[in-house]
Amino acid sequence: MRRIVSILLLVIVALGISLSLAKIPFGTPKTKVGRHYIDEGIKETGATNIVTSVVVSYRGFDTLGEVTILFIASIGLGAVLSTFGEKTVRDIEPASLVLSTGCRVLFPLILIFGSFVFIHGHLTPGGGFQGGAIIASGFLLIYLGCRERRISQLAFNLSESLGGLVFVVIGLFGLVLGGYFLSNFLPKGTVNTLFSAGIIPIIYIAIGFKVGSELAGIIDNLIEES
Amino acid sequence: MSFLNNYIYYIGAFGLILIGLYIILVKRNLIKVIVGLGIVDTGVNLFLISVGYITKGTAPIFSRPGIDSEDMVDPVPQALVLTAIVIGVAVLALALSLAIRLYQHYGTLNLRKIREQKW
Amino acid sequence: MTIIVSFLVVLMLVGAVAASIFKDLISAVIAAALVSLLASILFYFLQAPDVAMAEASIGAALTAAIFIIAIRRTKRYEE
Repeated sequence: MRRIVSILLLVIVALGISLSLAKIPFGTPKTKVGRHYIDEGIKETGATNIVTSVVVSYRGFDTLGEVTILFIASIGLGAVLSTFGEKTVRDIEPASLVLSTGCRVLFPLILIFGSFVFIHGHLTPGGGFQGGAIIASGFLLIYLGCRERRISQLAFNLSESLGGLVFVVIGLFGLVLGGYFLSNFLPKGTVNTLFSAGIIPIIYIAIGFKVGSELAGIIDNLIEES
Repeated sequence: MSFLNNYIYYIGAFGLILIGLYIILVKRNLIKVIVGLGIVDTGVNLFLISVGYITKGTAPIFSRPGIDSEDMVDPVPQALVLTAIVIGVAVLALALSLAIRLYQHYGTLNLRKIREQKW
Repeated sequence: MTIIVSFLVVLMLVGAVAASIFKDLISAVIAAALVSLLASILFYFLQAPDVAMAEASIGAALTAAIFIIAIRRTKRYEE
């Protein structure tokens, strides 16, 4: 009974969506705002990656909201899964020598690659969120390979809070020196070099630290008692 | 063939949304419902990016100093989808923590049985 | 070109149907990670390299890891 009603409902939804999708042509330019961002992007912000300049400079306030949502999800997960009794520790059998040595060799290389991705966010495809996810996968490798090592919760919390604080403080500096929140108050430099585009690399480094330690803290909270 | 050329991305995104909705409506295990939620997320992101595509366009990055900026694709949907992917993974993590708590309290993850139990 | 894209879209839809049919929950999670990975390749064909990188690292790797850790603390087979 439930299956038949739900399949009927899905057929009605499919009909409605396909009738409205037939009116959206594929592959024609649709808005004028994108045209303005492409044409004036380098002059106004100094970054050569247009998607980065849209995420950090033109729509920077939305990125602040998204960072807040990640923070709330991480706190909620820690609050739901915490217990006040004593933790029952199972015997963890240690991994073999090949696995633990391989993980220890690979871990600094993954950290360097993640840092490269979020430092060069305004020049090549990449940025804070991608680099942070790569760093979190490096920490996941440590939890799977060398199982008896535990990273302290205090280090994750400290690095995450520092990242968020740097973002908000730079925005407030922009309010004081430029007139509006997150205005670009550092000089723009020459295009296509590392020290260009004002405050954009600094904000992306802060976001990279914050997202990386947040996702690693989520994995640490989930593994904790299993 | 030209119909397929134009609309293949729409068919893919739209099919993913429908299959995800079917999993959420019909299946009984709580973790399977959360998997269906993740599939709906992926379908919606694919649809948003395929709306902003311009035929024979290139990626919006000025990698060399003299690139012609005439036919680049729209950068605004890409910035919005970047945000949406990260929010999707945050929602999935919080939902899974609530599922673990439900299992510790009721002993089962079957939604019919949880609804029948009294407080 | 269209042949390659059509093949990838069909594979993605088959993976999504497989995620709905499997009774072992870990197999369903791996099918969902396959859907994310093929969507990341399609993002590359739609000229969006930033989004492809984000979907491949967050959707295919971290989501599957979080699911498998949560399944280990509850039941493995759907009843």
